[in-house]
Amino acid sequence: MLDFIRANQHLTGTKTGCREGDCGACTVLVGEWADGLMHYRSMTSCLMPLGNAKGRHIVTIEGLNRPNTLNVVQQAMVDEGGTQCGFCTVGFVVSLAGYCLSHKDPTPQQGIASIDGNICRCTGYKSIERAVDRISTALRERPAPTDALPWLVQQGFLPDYFAQIPQRMAQLEAPGANGLHATGIHTDASTDAVLVGGGTDLYVQRPETMRHAAVRHVFRADEQPPVWREDDIVSIGGACTAAQLGESPVLLDHFPDLPAHLKLVSSTPIRNMGTLAGNLINASPIGDLTIWFLALDAQLVFFRDNVRRIVPLRDLYRGYKTLNKHPHDVLESLFFTLPRPGAQFRFEKVCKRTYLDIASVNSAALIETDGDRIHRAELSVGGVAPVPLYLARTSAFLAGKPLNPHTLEEANAIAQTEISPIGDVRGSVAYKRLLVRQLLKAHFATFLSETHNLS
Amino acid sequence: MQNIDSFTHVRGESLYLDDLPIVNGTLYACVFGSPVAHGRIRSLDLADARNLPGVVRILTARDIPGENQIGGIIPDEVLLADQTVDFWGMPIALVVAETDEIARRAATLIRADIDPLPVVTDPREACALGQLIVPPRTFQTGDAEAAFADCDYIFEGRADSGGQEHLYLETQGAYAIPLENGNIRLFSSTQGPTAVQRAVARVLGLGMHKIEIDVTRLGGGFGGKEDGANLWAALVALATHCLRRPVKYVLHRMEDLRMTGKRHPYTSDFKIGLTKDLKIRAYTASLYQDAGASADLSPAVLERSLFHANNTYFIPNLRVTAYSCRTNLPSNTAFRGFGGPQGMFVIEAAIAKAAEELGVSALDIQRANLLREGDAFHYGQVADGCEAEACWTDAATRYDLPELQREVDEFNRQNKLKKKGLAVMPICFGISFTKKWMNQARALVHLYADGSVGVSTGAVEMGQGVNTKMVQVAARCLSVRPERIKIEPTNTTRIANTSPTAASATSDLNGKALQLACQALTERLLGVARARLQAEEVSIRNEVVWVGNKPSDLGWNDLILEAYQQRVCLSEHAHYATPGIHYDPTVEKGHPFAYHVYGTALVGTTVDCLRGTYTVDYVRVTHDFGQSMNTIVDRGQAEGAIVQGIGWMTMEDLRYNADGRLLSNALSTYKIPDIYSVPPVLDIHFLETAGSDYAIFRSKAVGEPPLMYGIGAYFALRNAVRAFNPSSNLPFDAPMTPEKVLLSLYADALVPTPEVAS
Repeated sequence: MLDFIRANQHLTGTKTGCREGDCGACTVLVGEWADGLMHYRSMTSCLMPLGNAKGRHIVTIEGLNRPNTLNVVQQAMVDEGGTQCGFCTVGFVVSLAGYCLSHKDPTPQQGIASIDGNICRCTGYKSIERAVDRISTALRERPAPTDALPWLVQQGFLPDYFAQIPQRMAQLEAPGANGLHATGIHTDASTDAVLVGGGTDLYVQRPETMRHAAVRHVFRADEQPPVWREDDIVSIGGACTAAQLGESPVLLDHFPDLPAHLKLVSSTPIRNMGTLAGNLINASPIGDLTIWFLALDAQLVFFRDNVRRIVPLRDLYRGYKTLNKHPHDVLESLFFTLPRPGAQFRFEKVCKRTYLDIASVNSAALIETDGDRIHRAELSVGGVAPVPLYLARTSAFLAGKPLNPHTLEEANAIAQTEISPIGDVRGSVAYKRLLVRQLLKAHFATFLSETHNLS
Repeated sequence: MQNIDSFTHVRGESLYLDDLPIVNGTLYACVFGSPVAHGRIRSLDLADARNLPGVVRILTARDIPGENQIGGIIPDEVLLADQTVDFWGMPIALVVAETDEIARRAATLIRADIDPLPVVTDPREACALGQLIVPPRTFQTGDAEAAFADCDYIFEGRADSGGQEHLYLETQGAYAIPLENGNIRLFSSTQGPTAVQRAVARVLGLGMHKIEIDVTRLGGGFGGKEDGANLWAALVALATHCLRRPVKYVLHRMEDLRMTGKRHPYTSDFKIGLTKDLKIRAYTASLYQDAGASADLSPAVLERSLFHANNTYFIPNLRVTAYSCRTNLPSNTAFRGFGGPQGMFVIEAAIAKAAEELGVSALDIQRANLLREGDAFHYGQVADGCEAEACWTDAATRYDLPELQREVDEFNRQNKLKKKGLAVMPICFGISFTKKWMNQARALVHLYADGSVGVSTGAVEMGQGVNTKMVQVAARCLSVRPERIKIEPTNTTRIANTSPTAASATSDLNGKALQLACQALTERLLGVARARLQAEEVSIRNEVVWVGNKPSDLGWNDLILEAYQQRVCLSEHAHYATPGIHYDPTVEKGHPFAYHVYGTALVGTTVDCLRGTYTVDYVRVTHDFGQSMNTIVDRGQAEGAIVQGIGWMTMEDLRYNADGRLLSNALSTYKIPDIYSVPPVLDIHFLETAGSDYAIFRSKAVGEPPLMYGIGAYFALRNAVRAFNPSSNLPFDAPMTPEKVLLSLYADALVPTPEVAS
């Protein structure tokens, strides 16, 4: 998408900063027409396959400019000195336009969250924070999503043409038109084309080969809602993005800490692109969602030749990036059993930079207690083995044990035998081993802090 | 006044190198870099790359018509390796192809047969091997060795600070276009147009007059595009020279990270002696600078480390020796602060060491030794307009330092798994290029016959707002509205022999030259006005000629037209050279700086002692801006520099392996501050001071000094770690990554690797 915008369309406002989704200089908005509303999300165009534009409204900085005058976001950035060298600025403006178009409440926290994937090397961000405050104040009167677009145009947040976008999108949906959606995962399943969801890992790991590879786009190709529930079983479509996970009422009901967990996972634009299946199948030993679902004992539903097959996530990884699956197996969905009421689900992640970073070590825990006893503890940990690791023996040990520091010391001793970290740019062996101990303590800290000294 | 570029910045309409319209016939270049950090080249296999359709030419050292040399201070840096390779990624060949993609693919098809040589990545090891870039330099005052005998307390230690990647958002690049007669016009993302021009001319064996360098703006520089931009410019110029075609090369981020130099890592030994009243009586240090594979700007960076070895303290007996050590890493280069931060980190470590050993607060030692008016620096200059104590006192009272300290102590008493730390970071930074001859600048002003104004200077806009300040200077001196004024791209045919945009001095030097040009034009215009109005006491105020205290009916446009028709020259080219500065390197004494900038920051941190993670909670500053001419720009410079300094001291962790290969080679592995990691509170108080006659409009230079407040974050984190684990024998080793924090918190309880893993 970035190359198309710059080289083919000669729109040079969108900048090339890193080509790996880590700086946000190339951010665009991607608008989808659904339920009679436009839904805009920010995405990093450097990792976005052009095919994922199908049926969507792509907004670059040029598409936010009003003739001879600044929009509200731009004016706030100018007034607060939020721009210095200017190279990152366009990405910030586009992301903040996404904040204005969002259906969420316009709070400064939401405003900051919208630019959590934008890196600036000049300003130190304080002037940008002040600009966000101004924008948030200006958004206070924004009406409900159904009426927001005309209001945003009228108030000078957007150029006039935005008011016509719903009609134009509806035309694409009409019979005989090109359609709005990708072809879906159930067609062409026998080809060797690479399945591409959001592309956030593929286009970082293999940019050159992906450029020439045959691909099949499955981004947002679900044939059912991204998350659904039957009794105690929750299912999630493979193409569900990290952002959609965080918006699912079912998940939010049972995992109240989910927004805090997801905030630790990459950044807003990457969460808008990256899919669950992508995270699981790319098999990074440090994949955040993988670690999350390992602790929940998720079951994977693979589809191939009109046959479905169920594989426990805990059995998927056979070695570094080696999977227990046929190349043509498509990860259709996963499901897991909801934890019993009162259970705690925890996710910990430590990295050099708290947000928008890859973990040195991450870990998830599902903890069910009976009084001062552990009924069940399911622990997973990433970054300490060739595969994302379910701590099988540690988890088994903890079942039925009393909740006290001694138990944790013993559990740690077992965990230390289950892991095999290597020293790399994310940390030394000693550090990763120490982190495993500390994160184990952190998982149980809320149970213990009142009676025991964890230090 | 808001930054004049901000309107086009927020609309995406500002033009950077990669946005220039492509000239017909443009080819694209890509470097083939060394796959090892040190070795002797036996042969190059270019056949597969040459055979790739779309490849036009592959250039090597043999194709260079002039000198294969781009070294600035010392001629020790080849453009393309021909005998040996000295760092991983060192350019060996340049592929030129019809498209960027083909050039990049072809570069991967080149094979080099290289005999490996020993790789040195440790400056101390390089020094022991005698691999020095220049002879060591020693700055001294008094007799430090003798003075230790008079000290009540003496402490020794080691202090290391890591490198820092510039991470300008716009990567390096250049675009060369052939002109007639073998001339070349070159667009470069450079802080030093003249340095690029000189390097290109040397490589091509041409006069500098045949090479035109044009710079509209940079997407960030921070020192990385000072001499660092020469290489790419010389490469595309070479290709254009050989092929007579336009050639463009914009680096991918990973190429930029791999091939460009960074802030110099330093490793140092110190010895500090104090008397009972906590006065620093004697201080000695040896600084080992990791220069990388060639000199680049390292000797100048080294010099500034020596100038700032005392930070902002009066030390009567001081001896500091610095070694510039040649290693097999990309050649380290200028980075905001230019060696100053590295020198200051060592004295701050020495003070912290003394405080920890004595069981006193470092604040007490810092406060007791602040420079005062009339104190002599170790290089002979006398502190004049010294604001060290004024800044400290203001910060301590304005932000209630005793109460902040009490809060920390109280918090630490009540919390086991979270600890807070506080540090004070006073700074002093000298303004001027330490090479006297570089302290000169020129400005060219055209008054067009319609009354509009064109301004050219040698300043390069890279986000620091220098063009905005130039508009302010011209508007104030000519007494016209800013809207009349256009700042031209920096171009070597309009302004020759420029000093690089560096050393925080660009607004001062170019602003003063611009002021002189405007004054000369104003004088001529007033002459025209006198004749026209038949009056002696005339002046121009807000675009109107006044006679005495009354406005006349002669406005700016009519005045300019009149002057033009009178055949009065409406252009002026003015020259400014900073007066009064001198330095004698044979005795290492003199008056190298036009003036000094002072300030004090209070830095507070919280460490999560369960996870080893941390936050910088506040940075509260009183800074000596002099008479700030633009508070928006100056505040932005201070805020940005502070966050960059915190990044250097905390998360920015350059990692090379023993083979000299960069491991932190992408934005996914080299982390700079994001919006969540900056301090929630960042207060900057503009201390109104007299400023300096040598600062433009008495508005002091602001680019670099605030970066050094970031050093406070290191010591505040250290204090928090020690609150949790007082026995922690924490080395002075920046950056303070979460890994170092956690390992320090639990230094005595490291988890052993189990003997048998099942």
